[in-house]
Amino acid sequence: MDIEITGKSFDGRPVLGPISLNVAPGEVIALTGPSGIGKSTLARIIAGLDTDFRGALSGTGRVGMVFQEPTLLPWRSAIANIRIASGCDDKTARDALEKVELGDRLEAYPGQLSLGQQRRVALARALATKPETLILDEAFTSLDEATAGRMRSLTRAILQESGIQGSGFQGSGFCTILVTHNPEDAVELADRVVFLGGNPAEIQAEHKIAAPRQTRDLNAELHLMRQALRGAGEGRIR
Amino acid sequence: MHLQTNRAGLTKGLISLLVFLGLWAAVSAWVQDSSLLPSPAAVARVFWSETLSGEMARNMLATLARVIAAFVLAMSIGSLIGIATGRNPGFNAWAAPWLIIFLNLPALVIIVLCYLWIGLTELAAITAVALNKIPMIAVMMREGARALDPALDDMAATFRIPPHARWRHVIAPQLAPHFASAGRAGFALIWKIVLVVEFLGRSNGIGFQIHLNFQLFDVARILAYALGFVAIMLAVEFLLVQPWEKSASSWRQAGRRNGH
Repeated sequence: MDIEITGKSFDGRPVLGPISLNVAPGEVIALTGPSGIGKSTLARIIAGLDTDFRGALSGTGRVGMVFQEPTLLPWRSAIANIRIASGCDDKTARDALEKVELGDRLEAYPGQLSLGQQRRVALARALATKPETLILDEAFTSLDEATAGRMRSLTRAILQESGIQGSGFQGSGFCTILVTHNPEDAVELADRVVFLGGNPAEIQAEHKIAAPRQTRDLNAELHLMRQALRGAGEGRIR
Repeated sequence: MHLQTNRAGLTKGLISLLVFLGLWAAVSAWVQDSSLLPSPAAVARVFWSETLSGEMARNMLATLARVIAAFVLAMSIGSLIGIATGRNPGFNAWAAPWLIIFLNLPALVIIVLCYLWIGLTELAAITAVALNKIPMIAVMMREGARALDPALDDMAATFRIPPHARWRHVIAPQLAPHFASAGRAGFALIWKIVLVVEFLGRSNGIGFQIHLNFQLFDVARILAYALGFVAIMLAVEFLLVQPWEKSASSWRQAGRRNGH
């Protein structure tokens, strides 16, 4: 996937400056930076929700997105939410819910699920589309630390599995954009961290995480990332 | 607990109805003039005789058919205009002044003009009733369309949900409460306007019977036809509208039961 943005403005006010990003299939990019810098704006452009920008996108293909809020249909069951959004068959929807450990809540309405469970349904919905690009926009915010940790582990396992042929998801792996203000999300899940900063926002630094996702020492990776980003406004992230 | 509350409400409702009938009987006995205010029993006797003769059913069906035709027409056109104006501010800028004009035109003026322009026909009667209600339904549905959740729009766009599925699963359920409110308010007013339309220019129906019996000073017949039709409208409310509303909002009940 190639992202070549030369600019994006809201009411004449520049929000995004020149941004050039290439994401390989199976790669997970963490898009990080201070709140309000334009991360979600960039995610909306990649998702095709905002077409009013200067530049070009290519290779995004089918997009699956987990929004900041679960954005489920409250009047449809968990399994129906997945089927309606992804257009998949019953078995695929059921499998997707089982992958996110909600195989026993197929017929529950979103109002009967906790926020963490709703987020998992949203993740299952995005995966059931068999995406070529998966966007996770602050998907772990508003959750307590334990639930957020479980959700990260689950996502990590799914991302790992997505690169395996015949896993039930996209066999060759999909491009993943993880939008987060939390560096812990980034070091746990990403292969590469892209730091947005400045006004209008541009890519100020990139940091590649070489260690395999499953065996990473998160504290060490966090330390390395902070060091790498120090010259690029690291103080602005926690 | 819920069942007990329902039963208590039903008992109170029945007692209230009996009090109303008792009061009516008492005032009727005090007036001592059955041509001015007949007793409930006298009205019931007239109702029964009209039912046996078939006149009651014939007139009720005529009115009911007009109510249904005008209701379907007003709901369809009103909903389309309401959704279009709610979703498209540009169209709303053009349509809003028209809606305001029609909202403020007295029902009687529209009825008289329809009879004058179209003639004393069924088409004129139904058009007049529908025209009276379309603006109100459009305004109610416009508010519903404006309140559609933009986050769900984004979700539907991202996942490229096809238009028919988007309407059925994303938009229609959000509009359902507004549709129910508009339908209920519209129905309640439409049948009253249908009686006026029949009073002024039809040769059958409850409104026509009220006109006829007004000229004959037959209060018992006026009350028998009017109350008979009120009973039908209440039956529609309790047997059709309320069960539909309940089934459309079953997902809310499920969420509440679960405490989320």
